[in-house]
Amino acid sequence: MTGLFGYWTVIATLAIGLYIMIAHGNLVKKVIGLNVVQTAVILFYVSFGKVHGGTAPILDERFEIYSNPLPHVLMLTAIVVGVATTAVALALIVRIWESYGSIEEDDIVRAELVE
Amino acid sequence: MTDWLHLVLLIALVVVALDLARLRDLFAAAMLTGFFSLLCAVYYTIVDAVDVAFTEAAVGAGLSTVLMLGALSLLDERVETGRVRNRIGALSAALAVAAMMLYATPDMPAYGDPTSPVNQPDRPAWRYVHQSGKEIGVPNIVTSVLASYRGYDTLGETNVIFTAGLAVYALLAGVRRKRGQDAE
Repeated sequence: MTGLFGYWTVIATLAIGLYIMIAHGNLVKKVIGLNVVQTAVILFYVSFGKVHGGTAPILDERFEIYSNPLPHVLMLTAIVVGVATTAVALALIVRIWESYGSIEEDDIVRAELVE
Repeated sequence: MTDWLHLVLLIALVVVALDLARLRDLFAAAMLTGFFSLLCAVYYTIVDAVDVAFTEAAVGAGLSTVLMLGALSLLDERVETGRVRNRIGALSAALAVAAMMLYATPDMPAYGDPTSPVNQPDRPAWRYVHQSGKEIGVPNIVTSVLASYRGYDTLGETNVIFTAGLAVYALLAGVRRKRGQDAE
């Protein structure tokens, strides 16, 4: 496989996530877009940790070459923190639904203007 | 064989992401994010990031989807979502970002290049791979980096999770109280 194809996929995924966040007025869809962007970043980091001919970074006498473990560690943290932000965002959305009766951005802005 | 699998998986990822951009039904979108995470987990397995793969499968595909479905169930009725506004502005912003990053990709090391900057002997990863067996004594390098070399990082992470848990509890406690009053 050509060396840069992985990067192009990451770029495509990130651009799609960004589009979802901007274009969709629905707040839950915005959170989903944020998740897609986050996944694109994780894909990027994990794919440059790969070393040709290497195996998973678990020490064993039979192997000499391992993938780079540092991106893996950083991305473990990123995945867990990402879920934490998703949870807080969804809780905020539930509160917004309670207060405004809608989770569409347009409706919320209009309700604010009326007040 | 692996290259072929790679190509199929990466294309599938982009197709699923495109479908997410198109979907209007929130329930379907929540389920599709679970599938998206699962595809990512398979990809992480074939690029040798096994620890990331099972975390993504458990936390990304499992917990995230459950959280999203839980939130949707709290939004009383089935929320209709339809309005896509500012399509041209969003598209041009996304394309501008993509173009800038495409411009930068030729400078990146090729996929799997053993001589890329992150794999040089003067980088921390070199020490983790070659010394952690002696220094820490745990076969899994990811574990020894996570719990020992970068232990403070993990401590900070648990703080983030704790704070997020408190925030969710504080936000949703009010909702439950209000629901209870309505029922009375």
